[in-house]
Amino acid sequence: MTPGGYAGKWLDVDLSKDKIREVEYGDKVLEQYLGGRGLAAKVLWDKVGDKYPELDPLDPKSPLMVYTGPMTGIYPGSRICVSGKSPVSMGTVGSTAATEFANEIKEAGYDGVTFTGKADRPVYLLVTDDGAELMDAGHLWGLDGEKTLIKLNKEVTAELTKRKPNVGLWKDPGMVYIGPAGENMVRNAAVMAKICHACGYGGYGALMGSKNLKAVVAKGRGPLPKVDAPEAAKLLWRRTHQILIGRTAMRRQGTGYAGYSVGAVTSSEPIRNWQEEWHDEKSYGGPMFEHRYWVKKKWADFNCTTNCMKISCIKTGKWKGDITDMPDYELQAYCGTNFGIYDPEANIHLSALADQLGHSGINGPNTAGFAVELHQRDILKDSDFGFKPKWGDPDTFDRIMRMMANREKIGDVLAEGTYRAALKIAEMKGLKPDELLKYAVHVKGIEIGAHGTRSDADYTHDISYAANVQGGDHTSTSVDGYNDMSGAVFTDSAVFCNFTYYGVPQSLVFDFAKAITGFDINLHKWRSETGPRIVTLQRALLMLGGPDLKWTPVKDDDNPPRFYEPLPSGPYKGKTTDRKLVDEKLKAYNETLGWDERGIPTKETLKKLDLGFLEKSVSKLR
Amino acid sequence: MTPGGYAGKWLDVDLSKEEIEEFSFPDETLEQYFGGRGVATKILWDRVGRRWSDLDALAPENPLIFATGPMTCYYPGARICVSGKSPVSNGVVGSTAATEFAVDIRTAGYDGVVFTGKAEKPVYLLVTDEGAELVDASHLWGLNGEKTLIKLNKEVRETLKKRKPDVGLWKEPGTMYIGPAGENMVRHAAVMAKICHAAGYGGYGSVMGSKNLKAVVAKGRGRLPAVNAPESVYLLWRKAHRDCMTNTTFRRWGTGHLGYGCGADTSSEPVRNWQEEWHDEKTMGVPHYMDRYWVKVKWSDFNCTTNCMKVSCIKAGRWKGDITDVPDYELQAYCGTNLGIFDPGDNIHISTLMDKLGHSGINCPNTMGYAAELYQRGILTENDIGFKLEWGDTEAFDRLAHMMAYREGIGDVLAEGTYRAALKIAHMKGLKPDELLKYAVHVKGIEIGAHGTRSDKDYTQDMCYAASVQGGDHTSTVTDGYSDMSGAVFQDSAVFCMFTASPSQELIFDFAKAVTGFPITVDSWRRVNGPRIVTLQKALLLMGGPDVTWEPVKDDDNPPRFYEPLPTGPYKGMVTDRERVDIRTQAYFETLGWDERGIPKKETLDRLGLSDVDPLMEKFRQ
Amino acid sequence: MVKPLWIARDPSACSGCRRCELACSMHHEGWMWPEASRIRVFMPFPGLEVPHLCSQCQDYPCVEACPVEALSTDPDYGAVIVDREKCTSCGACIRACPGTVPYLHPGDDKATICDLCGGEPECVEVCTEAGYNALTIVNEGPSVHRKLYSRNPVDTARDLAVNMFGEKGEEVIE
Repeated sequence: MTPGGYAGKWLDVDLSKDKIREVEYGDKVLEQYLGGRGLAAKVLWDKVGDKYPELDPLDPKSPLMVYTGPMTGIYPGSRICVSGKSPVSMGTVGSTAATEFANEIKEAGYDGVTFTGKADRPVYLLVTDDGAELMDAGHLWGLDGEKTLIKLNKEVTAELTKRKPNVGLWKDPGMVYIGPAGENMVRNAAVMAKICHACGYGGYGALMGSKNLKAVVAKGRGPLPKVDAPEAAKLLWRRTHQILIGRTAMRRQGTGYAGYSVGAVTSSEPIRNWQEEWHDEKSYGGPMFEHRYWVKKKWADFNCTTNCMKISCIKTGKWKGDITDMPDYELQAYCGTNFGIYDPEANIHLSALADQLGHSGINGPNTAGFAVELHQRDILKDSDFGFKPKWGDPDTFDRIMRMMANREKIGDVLAEGTYRAALKIAEMKGLKPDELLKYAVHVKGIEIGAHGTRSDADYTHDISYAANVQGGDHTSTSVDGYNDMSGAVFTDSAVFCNFTYYGVPQSLVFDFAKAITGFDINLHKWRSETGPRIVTLQRALLMLGGPDLKWTPVKDDDNPPRFYEPLPSGPYKGKTTDRKLVDEKLKAYNETLGWDERGIPTKETLKKLDLGFLEKSVSKLR
Repeated sequence: MTPGGYAGKWLDVDLSKEEIEEFSFPDETLEQYFGGRGVATKILWDRVGRRWSDLDALAPENPLIFATGPMTCYYPGARICVSGKSPVSNGVVGSTAATEFAVDIRTAGYDGVVFTGKAEKPVYLLVTDEGAELVDASHLWGLNGEKTLIKLNKEVRETLKKRKPDVGLWKEPGTMYIGPAGENMVRHAAVMAKICHAAGYGGYGSVMGSKNLKAVVAKGRGRLPAVNAPESVYLLWRKAHRDCMTNTTFRRWGTGHLGYGCGADTSSEPVRNWQEEWHDEKTMGVPHYMDRYWVKVKWSDFNCTTNCMKVSCIKAGRWKGDITDVPDYELQAYCGTNLGIFDPGDNIHISTLMDKLGHSGINCPNTMGYAAELYQRGILTENDIGFKLEWGDTEAFDRLAHMMAYREGIGDVLAEGTYRAALKIAHMKGLKPDELLKYAVHVKGIEIGAHGTRSDKDYTQDMCYAASVQGGDHTSTVTDGYSDMSGAVFQDSAVFCMFTASPSQELIFDFAKAVTGFPITVDSWRRVNGPRIVTLQKALLLMGGPDVTWEPVKDDDNPPRFYEPLPTGPYKGMVTDRERVDIRTQAYFETLGWDERGIPKKETLDRLGLSDVDPLMEKFRQ
Repeated sequence: MVKPLWIARDPSACSGCRRCELACSMHHEGWMWPEASRIRVFMPFPGLEVPHLCSQCQDYPCVEACPVEALSTDPDYGAVIVDREKCTSCGACIRACPGTVPYLHPGDDKATICDLCGGEPECVEVCTEAGYNALTIVNEGPSVHRKLYSRNPVDTARDLAVNMFGEKGEEVIE
């Protein structure tokens, strides 16, 4: 019998052969890896194994996982986790987004889908109670995110109505999809949902594009999977929501007031490609967004009362019709201050543009900002762009983002992501890579989220990114190798939202996990065993890397050079990330996780965590 | 010492001489007439008296009165009462509207303003804590309501800021104004406030126009007048609000659900100039207004929790940019069904147009519907009008409303109101007046509100308009000459809103007593105060003139249409019961101490302290 | 006499959290089953979340339409009650409903309609608890023509779209 919370079946879709089969995973694997990020890493290894370094993530053989977890749909804040070998870090990222696709697929009877191969034409997968099938997506290829969603909503609902006309109105299906950026394999492209939600880190949009997979759509009519202790789960559900409802600041403002305060107060907001992290632009205050643009102030995804989302809409002027969420803090920063833009309307426009093109709203704009700094430093010329790019100019970034999505001119280079673009431009311009990499704000190829470490006043510090198996991913930062295991590593594997997690006592959440699954799961065990197992596996894959690049232990387990430049302005002027502290904490982190001083998991650790299957490959890294 | 609830001073503005004086009333007068409608009627009697029949309502000598009452601002739902000799009925109407002007004039230290004379050029009155002054309004003349309000808001704030720059931000002033309809003395034009609020009945917009008075503006910074029993007032205020808040239907829908319901359920909604009173057009259902147009679902005026107002805005399509309230039921009916319009967007457009032009949204569309029926019957032709005037043709009614406001073509005739237009068109066409008056739905020149009497299923029945001293005014209908005295007659004199009168009559009168200190009771209002005001109104209405006087008995009747059987709907065939009208009218007269023809008897006048009116009633008695 | 009640709905206030679906299905089905919830939140475009549930029309066309008398009205609250034994899954009630509100249960294929939870609707409770007030109980329901609220949710969303997004709203639903 399947443990609670799981539908018990996963779909395995071979796009090349047009073959779909159902697979199951044993209780032990599920208990050890739970779901989402954890299970995806394990399945990836099982499929690729020791050949991992030779696997090109954008090769048809590269698997793409779209997984829920046992808590998805039941615990507040349901999300989906997309994973696979990342075309940016060459390791794995558990990249999550909120979407009703997550609960719909479980209601259809599946916990997730693993794709391999490449379709010979654009397709989308449709999952229903009656199974899964590949549908032609030729008419959707090339459409932006919004149009893709509108069309799919209509055609899938119509199709389902045709198949079962008598059951009453069909609700809209859940879906994840890619925009032009994903189609054109922009390396850091996102997998999108709900017009403005993104699995942004990891570049899995490019992976979908490489497979000719435009979308994954699900509509289930069954119940959510049975749980181990239903009465307890119902009470825990109610209690968790009561706590979330009490978090009034999040409910009222989301992260939409941080665009001003992370700059002005904590001095950790990217400005002009992180040349500064401080600003005091009152025009960028939360009320300037809220009063003019917010048309829905409490917007939620399935089973969520945190409601950090607010819908923004531009109703007049040249960007009339742009719709996105707040933008949330990350996009206020990356599609705003990082471009030198402090105008809410321009920020909303560029955020909506990133959404519609299917860029990751953090990673794509990081690269665009990098490009404009190169122009500022006279490395890139007007002729590279075909126009004169300027900080603070919305049109500049509008054009660059489109050029990236369509891989036009310099956009084709930038579409490789900040790290690879730096290397390519160095080659183009006959410069040493380091002369460009000093402006590249990434860790392990993953452009860093919008929280700096220099002021030390934000939640991100010293080794947050440097030690992280997901590089620059701000949703999954490293702390001490113990406490952080029960954070994102857990939520990404149980698959629910961070914002329905923080603020809820961890003891309650783990009781909830136990009530759902019936596993012997608890906080300590997750911190000392399950979490470390997942992260150790991810670390091994990350360091195995390949085929086009490999990270060097210690040297690449570091912050970008910019994070060691003193802050040039603001209340924390002169402060910088403490290199000594980084080194010390990195050592401690490796030690806590049972990795050697270079961060390579030891044989004993692999054995202890039941990861013996890695020994052969990992031994070569030591 | 002034009784509680009164500022104690009135402004007396002679527009011809540009002189402004202050005056006061003896306590006895206030106790007898209270404020608003009562005091206004008393002022008119005192100032015009026996010359009433000779006074042209649009002549400079006609006093125009803006009167608050003692309960204004304290009791929930602040309003102001506008009055004077009515250019439509030639009697007196206490015409009220919700506006912060009522608050500001009281906090500036005045209970009201009386205007006489005519300004040489367009002016507006500005009332502040320092007194009152006339300000040039030439730049505002000709502007529509919305623009007038926008400009006044800005310029008055600037003036005040210039005078007292150090007191912090000046809040917006309270403002009442007229649109082009008032300026051009469209006889039933409204006095407007807050873009869509109107003192609609009585035609006082044209009286303002006749005086070259574009607006009255007040900004007071003082406290509201002291009350007699402050602790009681506080508790009663809290209780009254709690009662208002239980009116969940009003709070949620206002009267906006009636545009469908009064047609479909009670069959009492004017359809195509009252040719029918039933429709089953689901498009007029309130969800169609709410989902697409309502941008604020709880909108209120000062000190109101009933919140019957909802702000509607058309955001796309040919009427883009139109803003009005719900529209409330009256305008759903008159600017919708009565013109054969059943589309919410078109209805909102015509309603907004009425607001902007300064037409009364009930009375003007009554006249437009009347014209359309004459067109339907071939009496008015395309040649007379200049275009086809078909039912449901929103563009055509849009044009006609403009023609009326600017008195162009047939609009000049229609601008005289339904009754006078009927007479003029009869003359034009060489027809007998009765041949046209049979389609004119008015009582005493006042076009009837949107509640029919034929189905007998609405709150309006038999003689509720026929016997009313305010004719077709649906906000002040009569029932038995006793209980109705403590209804609208009281509310219009204490000056607060009828939609905040949810609490019991006992509470309301305790409230009145606590504010004023007068020994006031429901019973005294029903037997003495109410009848005194209504009897004086009746006397003045009887005197009428100079262009029109109403015949007792004959004109104390419903319009002919109300005696035609309903042609459609669940109450098909039903008609207002003429016999019952006669019986109840007689009973009403008797209760009020008027003779069988409705002429106040001598002993009644003596009893009510109106002995000096008696000689003027002599000629009406047979 | 028990006061009749009605669930008023305001789609513009609906967050889309679907807790109403979860609470409803837990009450009626014993576990979370959004598709078997008597209230279903449609979302023809993100942001346009429309709660869809029985409006208790005064004339109950669904009850009228049922050929086997499986539908009746609850005498206290006016809810439509489905006799699942009698229901033949013919879909007549679905077709008769002006808003196509009833649906065939994904489990047993029987007509499924809001029963107002015997006077204390779970959906309203969780919606109110979260401060949305997209669902509220009103006692004066009949006067506002509840039947008019029985609309196809996509039509409602089309109206809401223009209200929220202005001219763009005309393009977001195909």
